[in-house]
Amino acid sequence: MLLRRVVITGIGVVSPFGRGLDKLMAALVAGESGVVPLPALAGITGMRTRVAALATGVDPMEIPRKFRRSMSSMSVFAALACQDAAAMAGVGPEQFGGGRLGVSIGSTTGSPQTMEEFFKDFGADNSLERMKSTLFFHIMNHSCASNVAQALGVTGRILAPAAACSTSSHAIGYAAEMIGLGKQDFMLCGGADEFHPLTSGTFDIINAASVAYNDSPTSTPRPFDRDRDGIVCGEGSGILLLESLDSALARGADVLAEVAGFATNSDPGSIANPDASCIAQCMRLALADAELEPGEVDYVNAHATATEQGDIAECAAIAEVFGGATPTSSLKGHLGHTMAASGALELAACVGMIRRGMLIPTLNLDNVDPRCANVLHPRKVGVGRCETVIKNNFALGGVNSSIILRRYHQ
Amino acid sequence: MTDQEIIERINSSLAEEFEYDLAAMTPETTLFEDMGLDSLDIVDLVIVLETAFGMKVREEEAIRKISTLGDIHTFVIGKKRQTEGA
Repeated sequence: MLLRRVVITGIGVVSPFGRGLDKLMAALVAGESGVVPLPALAGITGMRTRVAALATGVDPMEIPRKFRRSMSSMSVFAALACQDAAAMAGVGPEQFGGGRLGVSIGSTTGSPQTMEEFFKDFGADNSLERMKSTLFFHIMNHSCASNVAQALGVTGRILAPAAACSTSSHAIGYAAEMIGLGKQDFMLCGGADEFHPLTSGTFDIINAASVAYNDSPTSTPRPFDRDRDGIVCGEGSGILLLESLDSALARGADVLAEVAGFATNSDPGSIANPDASCIAQCMRLALADAELEPGEVDYVNAHATATEQGDIAECAAIAEVFGGATPTSSLKGHLGHTMAASGALELAACVGMIRRGMLIPTLNLDNVDPRCANVLHPRKVGVGRCETVIKNNFALGGVNSSIILRRYHQ
Repeated sequence: MTDQEIIERINSSLAEEFEYDLAAMTPETTLFEDMGLDSLDIVDLVIVLETAFGMKVREEEAIRKISTLGDIHTFVIGKKRQTEGA
């Protein structure tokens, strides 16, 4: 339970649909896919997947060179999304430098692109003589968080959680707890990742990447569908500006939604395969944190990446906790799996759904896998009760997380 | 390579690396005040020069004393002539 109420007053989005929440919501409502062909992947021996969901609408030159020189593309995504979130919230230099605003942003790893470039060059002649002074700032694990703080002049706390696909849910959950405890009044929080073949390859070699739809990229991924064949990796950044309700009210800020609860737990049963009972327990912990009963949740925004094991385990857990009548969907069909950004981008979309009173169905779900038929899958975009939502994320490494958002009421 | 060619290569290399207006570069242009460089940039400036001219200058005492573009021009031209005369 949060000791102080925590609300969302700003949202920044860099996604395959461009920059900004409006573009994301327009694409989701229209049932668009951000997945594109990536024929260059064919040049990598052993790589079978040829599709990805790449961020669009990004101009790195918007960021002054002084700050951009230490950024890889993931930090550029995060910095632009933070700028947008802060602008939406009406927060600026006064708050950035006031010590009561912190940054909690993570990525799966430091920049894989910069690491590749460095080791290629290093391996050529075992020399460090061409190593740039800013290399480390691209590859350190807290690259996004630190680069954002430098670019904006933030003097509060810095946190850079890393938990693969649960990263931004952790970043947001822990940020909410910091505000709830009164340690900070504002947190720019979320996650970012840049596409690299290493990411797709990681899933491909364990037979978890989509490989059957290379010629029809927008048909994949297919969460919950009987014909799904795995993950499509993506990139981008999602950022929420969290704020104590007291602060938001004092500023007269527009409150977009409230963070009602957060939970995370470890699944020690397997480092790769999710377990339904651990997922169910994570959702129950989030409900307890929010002091809600399962029947008070209107919608489940699933992690569902379109892997057989993940989708089935999550559906079993959702059915166990909520029964089979709570609408459930995944946004991976639209966005692909944006990795460390996925939790925040999908939470941003949940805020959009709450604001519009609208549920977005799972894209590419044509025929529900009978083993996923134990939950309710909305099949059309539609107006629906969407006051309280739970958002799941589960990560390689056995890290589960669930966040509950609700429409703000005084 | 003439002195002018060396100066042009230095200026174009630094303009590209540090996103500085080539037309605004004069021998009097200062690295810190005018170009806005800092200590990290100077590390990269050395790499840019080494790459552009195929020489090692990192350990040179003189490179630590440069403060204007003109200082770099003089330093590199001197190094090139020294190498050619060796």
